[in-house]
Formats: sequence, structure tokens, C-alpha cells
Amino acid sequence: MRRRGVLRAAPALTVGILLLPIAAGLVGTLLPAFGYLPAIGGHTFNLDGWRRLADYPGFGTSVAITVGTGLLASSLAVILAFGFCASMHDRPSMRRLGAWLAPILSTPHSAIALGLAFLIAPSGWIVRALSPWLTGWTLPPDVATVGDPAGIALVLGLLLKEVPYLILMIVSALNQVPARAHLVIARALGYGPAEAWLKTILPQLYPQIRLPIYAVIAFSLSVVDVALILGPSNPPPLAVLAVRWFSDADIQFYFPAAAAATLLLLLVIGILIVWHGLERCAMLVGRRWIARGGRSGMATMAAAMATLMFGVAFALSVLAIVGMAVWSVADQWRFPDALPQAWSLANWMRRLDSLAEPAWITVIVGALATGVALCLVLACLENESRGHRRAGAAALWTLYVPLLVPQVAFLFGAQVLLVRMNLDGTLAAVVWAHLVFVLPYLFLSLADPWRAFDPRYAQTAASLGASRTRVFVAVKLPILLQPVLIACAVAFAVSVGQYLPTVFAGNGRVATLTTEAVTLAAGADRRVIGAYAVAQALFPLIAYVGAVLLPVLLFANRRGLRGYR
Amino acid sequence: MKRASLEPLHLVGVRVELAGQELIPPLTIEVEPGECVTIMGPSGCGKSTLLAFISGTIDPVFRATGRVTIGARDITMLPPERRHIGIQFQDDLLFPHLSVGDNMAFALPAAVLGRAGRRARIDQALAEADLSGFADRDPATLSGGQRARVALMRTLLSEPHVLLLDEPFNKLDAQLRHDFRRFVFEHAAERGLPTLLVTHDATDAEAAGGRMIGLARP
Repeated sequence: MRRRGVLRAAPALTVGILLLPIAAGLVGTLLPAFGYLPAIGGHTFNLDGWRRLADYPGFGTSVAITVGTGLLASSLAVILAFGFCASMHDRPSMRRLGAWLAPILSTPHSAIALGLAFLIAPSGWIVRALSPWLTGWTLPPDVATVGDPAGIALVLGLLLKEVPYLILMIVSALNQVPARAHLVIARALGYGPAEAWLKTILPQLYPQIRLPIYAVIAFSLSVVDVALILGPSNPPPLAVLAVRWFSDADIQFYFPAAAAATLLLLLVIGILIVWHGLERCAMLVGRRWIARGGRSGMATMAAAMATLMFGVAFALSVLAIVGMAVWSVADQWRFPDALPQAWSLANWMRRLDSLAEPAWITVIVGALATGVALCLVLACLENESRGHRRAGAAALWTLYVPLLVPQVAFLFGAQVLLVRMNLDGTLAAVVWAHLVFVLPYLFLSLADPWRAFDPRYAQTAASLGASRTRVFVAVKLPILLQPVLIACAVAFAVSVGQYLPTVFAGNGRVATLTTEAVTLAAGADRRVIGAYAVAQALFPLIAYVGAVLLPVLLFANRRGLRGYR
Repeated sequence: MKRASLEPLHLVGVRVELAGQELIPPLTIEVEPGECVTIMGPSGCGKSTLLAFISGTIDPVFRATGRVTIGARDITMLPPERRHIGIQFQDDLLFPHLSVGDNMAFALPAAVLGRAGRRARIDQALAEADLSGFADRDPATLSGGQRARVALMRTLLSEPHVLLLDEPFNKLDAQLRHDFRRFVFEHAAERGLPTLLVTHDATDAEAAGGRMIGLARP
């Protein structure tokens, strides 16, 4: 009976772990934004922080860049993902799509951004491949392709990760819709494949991918690591500006920093509300479009274009990672050669010592955060299946809170709390900060397969005299081993990629591969950056491959389990 | 509503294989306009697969050979959306995101122009199905029989050249089944559509009143 009590408490505990620190963190950011932070002499409420923010010379541009790049990246990501699914949904290769996208999805944003920076730089791989035979350049051209003032490189960097993410969300939401039958009907009624998908499947699907889309919008507006690597720096987007001021030696900068973080939060909320309104408009217009009964080839063409663009984006992300790998083993690589003149492992040998510690920290933090998150998620799901009560929409929104609230807006306040509790800079604080982001992803990727588990297995086992604990350990977990491990791999990858939570909770004293790589981006030797980026990509990939292979090895002669993969 | 242009559906030597095993032996059938041919067989004999082949949506795991023609036109290689083949399944498959009227507007050719004109055609079709005034309803609020009738009218509004019926009466209870059967066959005959019905139910086949072809389990 006692154990059941623990299980019952799991949902509340999980919600508490997610929401309390975020709420406290938000308060801890809001108060200083209005001048209140007694620890550094802010005893009265005032608008000085806001005034200093508005007086910053690049303030207007910074807001414009934030909104512009964020909206452009997320709407392009949505369009490309829809277009890709519309034109590829009937291809047999879609069934193995997850395996294709996994390496890109598990690679941290910052690693892909570092790779992309090398690809598109004036001295980068693309220019090298075309020089000098096509361009005639023997020296890199003097243009800013990385960190361009308009933030185009930033938009591209965000797209590379967001499109595959949305495609994966769409594909998994498809299971909830009788897509195949509806497509057969629509095609029999005279609609081409892409148009049939857009008119019959997408409207049914949209409510299920709304939250992932909102998460993409919020992320694009408030991203820090990708913006540090690819975005404009003077003025930078708001999130970067806030982080820059938060870490300024002059602590009086806390006030405008908190104001900038608060403004970012308001922008995200405002834009999500506007987007929600646009959804309504799109619904009305879409109904008209559908009711007109037009069967044109336009939709097919548009979808094919989107697919082509996604193809280019996919190729860029693969090249980005490969480029980093090549740099990490390059001995000499002068412009404009397309490949290094000499290769060697000396670079890795030299870096191993300095790589070892952040790599170790990365793995420990990732494993701990994933382990804690797994226990909580399993307890929640098991409690749910015992109570026969499904978590509702409120629970789903709760899970998305950490993905919708800009990280800067609550991490600063949370750091103030950690300092007060004397926990800042500890491993525990970093694990906790990662947990806030790891937990939602682990829950979201495990919930569907867990809920699809045929309850009759458990009933059968129980009727054979097995206790609930034994049913859980001896029946459920083994049958669901594959989805459990995949969810853990996803969670681990999320942890490896965390930049800002590590910096804030670690107070700069806990270095992971990702924080090191982002710090090096500003101007270190490309060979060093390459080694860090490759290491960043490698650990999540190992976890993913392990998650796929382990059940195959354990259950090599159990064909019946394949349905659960 | 009768169109003079309707032509017979012709299956020529249609044969379906699954993993090297013959599922449907070579089959040659001609269905005249206004005629309803029934293919009878137990479940698992590949009846639905045959209809999927005719409508162009067969799963690539099957290997199908033979030709499908409508009159002189060979449609075997055409994509499903260009075959003009209407199909009715046992599930009504009304789109849940669209009203009853918009479900039908989705099917109505775009050549029918103007909101008022389109609306008139849809209202007329609904009246024929005894569902006048249902255009703005959510399909989920309709009874099973009403939904089935809407689904058929939706198919007919798309002006198909051939009608395929894939056990469309299976999920209805006895009385509804009787009524809906009559509804379907009357409308198909009235429009002079070549109609192909697959079923495992002998009373369905009798009600169709046409030729019967038996398929055995392979």
C-alpha cells in the first residue's frame, strides 16, 4: 500500500519539479526588471532597468531581429515540414524516416550551428569547393555570411533542426488520424496526393502538433547558443543581449538584463497569441479553399518545392557535421583547397586531455537527468494506467511550459535562488536545470507507446498471480524496452545540447562539451572547434544506436516484439 | 442526372499475387453501364485488394497484373485521382473537420462555379438522401444510416464514371442495411453507373440483382 502512495504522488511531484522552479525563476526575473533586488541594492520598484534597456543604442534593431528571425525561422520550418509530409506521405521510405532523422535530431543545436558556420563562411567549405576554378578567389571574399546583421545565417541554423523536429512530430501525430483511408477517399474524389494531404489530413492533424509548433516559435525567438554562433552580435537578438548583461562584471547591468528577459517573455506571449489568431483565420480561409472543390496541380508543385528545400537543408546539416569531423582530423587545410592537404589524429591526441573532463561531466549530467526523469515519467505513466485515468490537456500544457517560456526569462531568477541556497555551480543544480527540459521530452516520447500497451497482457499476468510490481518489472518493462530506451536516448540528447541552463545553474563553473564548444566558437582554431562539435554529436548518437541495438540483441529471437519498436 | 457518356468497366486478365502466392486468379469481367456485378468471397480472399487495384490505391506489397479499362480508355497506369472511380467503404469516412455540406463541396467538381450554385447542387443531393437542411451539421452528430447516405452522395457528387462498393453495408444493422442497400442500388442504376460490389454476404449479392462471381480463399 505504501508504494501505491508513492506512485499516487508522482504526478504532483513531477508537476512541482517542472513548475515551481520556473515560477520562482520568473518572479526572480520580474522583480529585478522593476528595480527590486535587495542583494545588490535594489530596494524600491522603479523603471530604471527598462529605461536603460530602451536607451541601448541598438534596442530597436535588437527587437526587430528577434521578432524577424524568430518568425521567419518558425514559419519557414512549419511550411517546409508540411510541404515535405504532403508530398512524401505515400512513399514507402517514410516508414524508415525516423531512422534518417535521428542523427540530425540527436545532434545538439550548437554542434550543427558550428558546422553550418564553417559551411557558409567566406572561407568555408562551400566557397572552397567552388574556388578558385569557378569563383577565381584565392583569398576568402570579404562578406559577412555568418553573423550577418539581418540574421539570415541564424534563420538557416534554426531551420536545420526545426524542420526535422516538426516532421517527426507530424509523423507521430499521424497515428491518431485514419490517414490512409481518408487519403484513398480524397484521391478517388479526384485530388492529387499532396493536395489530398493538405486538405484532408493536415486540418485533422493540426490540433495535435499545435504545441510542438508553439515550442518551435518560442525557441526561435529566445535561442541563445545558436544566436551566439550564427546570429548578429551588434546588436544581438534580445536573448543574447540579456545574457550578455547578466554576465557583465558590473552587477548594475542586472536590472536592464532582467528587463530585456521580461520583454522577451512578453514578446513570446504576444506572438503566440497572434499566431493563434492567424490559425483561426487560416481555418476559415482553408474551409473556403476546400469547399471550392478545386483540383489543381499547384499544391503538388508547392509541396515538391518545399521538399526540395528540405532536401537542401538536410544535406547542409549532414555536411555541417561531416565538415566538423574533417576539420578535427585535418593537419593543414589552406584556403581554397576543398580538402585538407594533410590528415592526422594528432589534433585529437592533443585535445583528449582537455576534452575528457567536459565529456565526463556531459555524460554524468545527462545520465543523472535522464535517470531521474525516467523514474518520474514511469511512475506517472504507471499511476495513470493503474488509475485508468489519462492525463488531460492541462497536463500536456504543463509539460510544454519549460519549452514555451524563454529560458533566459526564468533561468536568471532561478540562479539568484540557487545562489541564495548556496547550490549554484554544483553538479546537482545543473542536473536539476537539465531535468526541467529533459523530463518533458522523455514523457512526450514515451507516453504514446506506453499508452498503446495492450492492457490484457497485464490482466493475464495478474490472473496468473503476479503482483502489480512484478507485472511492471517482468511484463511491461521488457515488452516496452525499445520505446523506453529510445525515450532515454532522446532525453540524453536533450541534456547534452543544453547550453544556457548549464551556464546559469553551473554559474560558469560546470563545463560541458556544449558550453565549451559555444565558448570556443568565437575564434578558436577550427580544428579545436571540430573536435568539440564531433564529440557533442557523438555521445547522443552512441546513446541512440545503443537504444536501437540493445533490444535487438536481447530479443533477437522474439519476432512478436517487433510491433513495439 | 443521367449522362450519356458512361461506358463499360472492363477488367482484362487481372491477377494479384502476394509474396509469390496467387491471391486472385486471372479475372476478366465486363460491367455494363447501369449493371451491378457482385464478387462474392470469404474474408481474406482478396476482394478488397481487387478494388484497390481498380481504383489505383493497391499496396505495393501486392504484385498485380492485367488491365483496367473504361470504354476504350486504359486507366491501369493512371494515378487514382485521374480515374474517376467512386468508391464506398464500410466506414463512411466523412472528414471530421468539415461540415456535412463541406464534405460534399469537397467532392463537387470545381467546374460548378459560384457559392450559390454549389450550395444548390449540395442541397439537392442532400434532399435526395432525405437529409434536407443537414448541410451545416457536424458529421459526428448524424446517425450511422445518415452518415452512410451522406458518404454515398459525396461519392456521386464527384461525378464518377464507375462505382466500386467495398462491403459498404457491413456495419449497418438489419433494417438500415436493407434501406441503405436499396438507396445505393437505386442511385447507381438511376445514374447508369457500371457498379462492382464485393461482399461475403449472400443477401447483399441478391439485392444487387446482377451477375455474381465467386472468389475462393487462395
